[in-house]
Amino acid sequence: MSEFLSRYGVLLLNGTLESLYMTLVPTLLAYVIGLPLGVLLTVTKPGGFMETPQFNAAFGWLVNIFRSIPFMILMLFLTPFTRAVMGTSIGASAANLPLTVAAAPFVARMVEQSLEEVDGGVIEAARCMGATNWQIITRVLLVESVPSLLRGLTISTITVFGYTAITGAVGAGGLGNIAFRFGYQRYQQSVMYASLALVILVVCLIQTVFGHLASKADKRNR
Amino acid sequence: MIEIKHLTKEFNDKSGKVVALRDVTATIQDGDIFGIIGMSGAGKSTLLRCLCLLEQPTGGDILLDGENLVRMNGARLRAARRRMGVVFQGYNLLMQKTVFDNVAFPLRLSKNDPAAVKARVTELLEIVGLADRAGAYPSQLSGGQKQRVALARALATNPSVLLCDEPTSALDALTTQSVLALLKKINAELGVTIVIITHELGVVRSICNRMVVIDESRVVEQGDVAEIFAHPQSAIARQLILGGAIKEKEEG
Repeated sequence: MSEFLSRYGVLLLNGTLESLYMTLVPTLLAYVIGLPLGVLLTVTKPGGFMETPQFNAAFGWLVNIFRSIPFMILMLFLTPFTRAVMGTSIGASAANLPLTVAAAPFVARMVEQSLEEVDGGVIEAARCMGATNWQIITRVLLVESVPSLLRGLTISTITVFGYTAITGAVGAGGLGNIAFRFGYQRYQQSVMYASLALVILVVCLIQTVFGHLASKADKRNR
Repeated sequence: MIEIKHLTKEFNDKSGKVVALRDVTATIQDGDIFGIIGMSGAGKSTLLRCLCLLEQPTGGDILLDGENLVRMNGARLRAARRRMGVVFQGYNLLMQKTVFDNVAFPLRLSKNDPAAVKARVTELLEIVGLADRAGAYPSQLSGGQKQRVALARALATNPSVLLCDEPTSALDALTTQSVLALLKKINAELGVTIVIITHELGVVRSICNRMVVIDESRVVEQGDVAEIFAHPQSAIARQLILGGAIKEKEEG
């Protein structure tokens, strides 16, 4: 055990940190892009308070197209673009680009789902009080859906974490890369198991911490 | 004063055109507690939704102190809305915000000094008798308390009119009485004109001074509450009032 740790400990620790870096940065960027998109999807749909059905349908399709491309293919497809923007297509930082592109439409749908849970009556009440559309979005929709948005954030983060294993396999580092190089290509079972255990640990940790935040934020169950 | 003139509202349903309101004309005087009564589906909720401009009427006019609400949009409409408070059957409170923040909500929509907001909210919570619950969340309140918060919120911008859509329909008899007493107090002490939509005859009888009866999308009777209760003219009013009296006698 101690021999294993001294040989692979640093490698596994760095891999975990790299995986977390490749998870948190793209998730954050995906929310910067996906949150406004999700709001737009929600308020423009038929029956929404800024109803524009044609735009909503076209925009919904665009999101669906990006959502339907398997991440592996999207990543390979984006390689020239990644190289042009980031200067390289190899490494954790370069991986952030395809990860963000893949996660943003996913996040948009997660956000849309959360916002739809907001009671239409509360929105009408705000309109009756003379709220502008912007005020309804920022002070009603995004406030009332905070617990649900946090639960969505948990799922999004874990999804991106899953994607990082794929980027790892093609040279971006992280736990996926370690499992691939040592566990798969060199038949080192112990490294395979160790990286798997770390993956499970990270996912459980994300779920527990974010889940706790979500239920703490919810003022309905007091 | 609210003047409703030849108000018509049509909806386009899958099965075709549905007329929800047909040539509704009524006048609500300043200081009135005005009851709008009718059976479910008669069109009374549509009427209220037109009054607060949640629905755009198909035809006719709504004059609030001489200004036509139907022709308004944008900033002018938002300003007009601040002169009307609306209370809903389902309360429609922000569940993630405290009682204080709910009442402060309409005040914070227009730039208001935080100290002034605090003073006003405290005053409103005193009026509705919830001063000690300012920090509570709606989920911690009873139905009657939630409706009091909604009332305080509706009164925040000092409206001249309070529109109430079935304000007591979700409440038990005792709580209904206390909310009605509060409405009466608000009318008497703050001089706010109150419009109440209801299907409960008891609500109209206990606090309204004037009323309209709506049946099948039109006004079938309107006038003084005492007068209508004593001598109902329309078939539906006779049925509602005399039928109600018979039922009360049976229940003894």
